[in-house]
Amino acid sequence: MSAPARSHLTGRAMLVLFMVLTLIPFVTLFSTALQPPGTIPTGVSWPSDPHWGNFVDAWRIANLGPLLRSSLLIVLGVVPASLFLAVLAGYGLATLRVPFSNAIFVFFVLGLTIPFESLITPLYYQMQSLGLLNSRWALILPLIALYMPFGVFWMRAHFLSVPAELTEAATIDGAGPWRALRHVHLPLAMPAMSSLAILLFLWTWNQFVLALVLVDDPLKRTMAGALGAFQGQYGTDIVLLSAGALLIMAPTVIVFVIFQRQFSRALLQGAVKG
Amino acid sequence: MTWTQDAVVRSEDERTTASPSGRTRDARRRKRPSTRWSHLVFVAPALVVYGFFVIKPLLTSVQYSFYDWNGIGASTWVGLDNYRRILGDSSQLAIVGHAFELIIFFTVVPVVLGLVAAALMHGLPQGSFATVSRTVLFIPQVIPLVAAGIVWDWVYSSDGVANQILSAIGLGGLTRPWLADFSTALPAVGLIGSWVMLGLCTLLLLTGINKIDPSLYEAARIDGANRLREFVHVTLPGLRREIGVCVTVTMIAALASFDIIYISTQGGPGRSTMVPGVEIYRLAFTQREIGQASAMAVILMVLVLVTIIPIQRFTQRTDS
Repeated sequence: MSAPARSHLTGRAMLVLFMVLTLIPFVTLFSTALQPPGTIPTGVSWPSDPHWGNFVDAWRIANLGPLLRSSLLIVLGVVPASLFLAVLAGYGLATLRVPFSNAIFVFFVLGLTIPFESLITPLYYQMQSLGLLNSRWALILPLIALYMPFGVFWMRAHFLSVPAELTEAATIDGAGPWRALRHVHLPLAMPAMSSLAILLFLWTWNQFVLALVLVDDPLKRTMAGALGAFQGQYGTDIVLLSAGALLIMAPTVIVFVIFQRQFSRALLQGAVKG
Repeated sequence: MTWTQDAVVRSEDERTTASPSGRTRDARRRKRPSTRWSHLVFVAPALVVYGFFVIKPLLTSVQYSFYDWNGIGASTWVGLDNYRRILGDSSQLAIVGHAFELIIFFTVVPVVLGLVAAALMHGLPQGSFATVSRTVLFIPQVIPLVAAGIVWDWVYSSDGVANQILSAIGLGGLTRPWLADFSTALPAVGLIGSWVMLGLCTLLLLTGINKIDPSLYEAARIDGANRLREFVHVTLPGLRREIGVCVTVTMIAALASFDIIYISTQGGPGRSTMVPGVEIYRLAFTQREIGQASAMAVILMVLVLVTIIPIQRFTQRTDS
């Protein structure tokens, strides 16, 4: 066997090990979720009599139907608005070269380093004075703003990659900046926009700390926020908690596996650009 | 596709309807008055939203940090007192230490393991194995960190799979409730971070390594370099940017960690896993020490900035 082939084999073995390490926690959660309700199971053991009904109970107790609706409402409030604002700003900074565009860009990019926890206290009082505490708006408005640095960064990078000739051609055709954006640039920006939409959807869905601070009612929270509340309430009932946690995770994982290619591309690009 | 065609058709229409001379005059007239100042309209909405819900709270945080305030009653100006109390208190400084300790687990472990895996997998043909491994390794990135906390909380518990495995391989003497033990809680929490980050780093580095110019490897081989030297002289420099990305992303996650800690230990036992993010939450919403919480928030922001900027400078240097 040649040296590269041997190293490939070692490499494969290592990846398999990484995969096993990644999956073990889920396997143990799954086997726990099938144990008789109310028991304290141990580690991994395939139950002799799997209680699939635990998932039905957990669905009911966790209010999964209303939860899905709530999370979707928040996503619908955040993602389109973020996309719209980020596209406009990215286009303005990259293609139109507005005055101070570099300073404005740096101002946005610095926002990438702000930990959300550093803003929860003032946001709480800001939302309180706006009378929005414990409503979905309390999550939607700050999230649109918090994702703006990344969104602007992302869309600007895309618009910079568009050949200048295209913009010039549009201008010569007498198209103003709006027309050029609508008819020339937007169609080309679709892949970049869909990747950004995927990332924003994931981050919104999984956002926890803001939900914890700004929204008390789990039914008005994001999925992750609701999961946190569920753990707080049923943390001692391991079987029910496992079933509930799996159900709450399921939508994201299912969507991810279906759109695996798009997600992977977005996550990899997103990391490199971020 | 239809969009672009549509756009082309439209511009063709415009071209045929406008007379040539009229068009150039039009374009010129259009270019002049539309000063670039008016283009600020495109950037303004994003700036306003960002200013109102990020920059304003940020400044408010700084402002609160100079006051003693319980969030309800009157507030007292205390100058730099809140900062003095944090920076002069060893138990508060220990919290910052914990954040840096987490970097070992969130950053060093995944980046080193990811590099080894990527180097070994280098040049592997794309196939179903690659797709499956990519899907599996991304799962921790896709689920909420809260879920990771819950899953691992169970793995580490007295009856959990970690102790089960230890007993099975004859190390039953080591079993313990890992998250409730003062000496193991922080490393245990850190390993959750390793688990979350490992897949992302491995995949990023794998993508990066396949972009390195193969002729560099051939040159190294002709020079008689062994695999280790090849790794040090070709792979590592070629992956500088990807390594920089991994380090940046994971370090921010380590310094600003919240979800995993809040769910799995709440900063306990004692304060052995307390980190700045959870401490901000505790100070503001359970202790009602808004000034203290805000000072900690400002310190955390500065911490992230001074940690990240040098890394960015070092890895983003353009190789001219």
